[in-house]
Amino acid sequence: MAIAFTEIQETIRMVQMESLDIRTVTMGISLRDCADSDFQKMKQRVYDKITSYAAELKPVAEQVEKEYGVPIINKRIAVSPVAEILGNATRQEAIELARTLDKAAVDLGVDFIGGFSALVHKGIAKGDQVLLDALPEALSVTERVCSSISVATTKTGINMDAVKQMGQIIKQTAENTKDRNGIGCAKLVIFCNPVEDNPFMAGAFHGAGEGEVVLSVGVSGPGVVLNALKRYPDADLGQVSDIIKKTAFKITRAGELLGREVADRLNVPFGIMDLSLAPTNALNDSVAEILEEIGLERVGTHGTIAALALMNDAVKKGGAMASSYVGGLSGAFIPVSEDNGMIRGIEDNALSLSKLEAMTCVCSVGLDMIALTGDVTPETLSAIIADESAIGMINKKTTAVRVIPVIGKNEGDTVEFGGLLGRAPVMGVNPYSSNKLINRGGRIPAPLQALIN
Amino acid sequence: MQKRAIVSVVGKDQVGIIAKVTNVLADNQVNILDISQTILQDFFTMMMLVDVSDLSDLDMLQNNFKSVETSLGLKISIQLEDVFQAMHRV
Repeated sequence: MAIAFTEIQETIRMVQMESLDIRTVTMGISLRDCADSDFQKMKQRVYDKITSYAAELKPVAEQVEKEYGVPIINKRIAVSPVAEILGNATRQEAIELARTLDKAAVDLGVDFIGGFSALVHKGIAKGDQVLLDALPEALSVTERVCSSISVATTKTGINMDAVKQMGQIIKQTAENTKDRNGIGCAKLVIFCNPVEDNPFMAGAFHGAGEGEVVLSVGVSGPGVVLNALKRYPDADLGQVSDIIKKTAFKITRAGELLGREVADRLNVPFGIMDLSLAPTNALNDSVAEILEEIGLERVGTHGTIAALALMNDAVKKGGAMASSYVGGLSGAFIPVSEDNGMIRGIEDNALSLSKLEAMTCVCSVGLDMIALTGDVTPETLSAIIADESAIGMINKKTTAVRVIPVIGKNEGDTVEFGGLLGRAPVMGVNPYSSNKLINRGGRIPAPLQALIN
Repeated sequence: MQKRAIVSVVGKDQVGIIAKVTNVLADNQVNILDISQTILQDFFTMMMLVDVSDLSDLDMLQNNFKSVETSLGLKISIQLEDVFQAMHRV
């Protein structure tokens, strides 16, 4: 059936005026066959494998983008969790491997490479510990390497020994990169229930159940949803949900088409389509503003969670019908520094850290890109991670913590991270101590929700 | 199989828009399958469905439109039709 004039106009408007874009095409590459007891050999194999599989990623994505007229913003790579191949490597060698990944990313022209990761939700193996020890330095001497650490799952409970270490690692990374506002921490995510096929950074890695190589796509478009809602200011909430669903459907279809085309041309299997409303600092490209459009004076006030739950669910429903393989995190991201509406909510004292925590119960991820005062203790950081992990574990969902202690800054200051990472008002934490909880160590047992067999 | 694309032209209405745009298409041996056009508050909007089966490089066509875009102050884009099909048809 021929496409109507108004439909063509709608698509063009979404791209040119409402920031519809393919946020990322992410190539997942397995590194498991690169393991070698000779570190130099392993390093070379890792570099060669990544640069040969992904050699054409950027040019092909750019070609598809031009032909279909829909921008593909980021081209990224996710590799197997590096801890799995470290084996007997030393801390210095692990840092060396991070540099190798960074070099591969630079040489290929991709923005980020994820997978400097370890899965330690039940215990910490030798390679995992080497990676954890290397993390603060690895994140400060590389630019494009992203790391994610899984410290909890619904099936295993929370590894509080790992949680304790992560508090210290975040603080040390912030110290190491204090001349750049703690930017190293922006590349580190601590997960509960991580997904193996998430194309978004900083949490992307190529999971153990994945194939040799795969291409996954992340689509965004808060601006498109916001503008669609603006056209129906008096719709009831059922209609609001319907409008979001229809919009999400269209965005996802465009994303899947382009993703499959890129995968076809690269001769790589298509993995999943992740429809996540991910904000940017572009005008109107904000998740917070969608919530405000639904009916809040400022994001963070009473009703925020209800509005977010409605939106997150409608996005999933629209996306689920539009794509044959929905995966990743699919929902809504609420990174503070990348969302002008969230920033305004905090500056106007409408949005607090506690409310952000509560919001993570109903959206797709967790505490994301939040700047904290520089004097926050490692134990408090660990306790924040423990809280988020508990939310994820009990609710059988992914939660994550990506917070940035900014050394030398106090509550109320604003820090600039630059580029896509945006800027953030520095938030204070609860002044009372959680030291005893964190120092007890051990594991929080898996909840009753895990006993489903 | 026929490969089709949508050429969209938006800008202030003036003499010669269709002539100049279609000239570029003719120069590149691109056949026009359908045209629809309207004027909305002085703004000229035209959509053309064109056959690009024999065209290996859409980018080149987009570049050829550049001189028309600047001389007439238009925004011309060319996109493969599939993206519209995907978004608007189940």
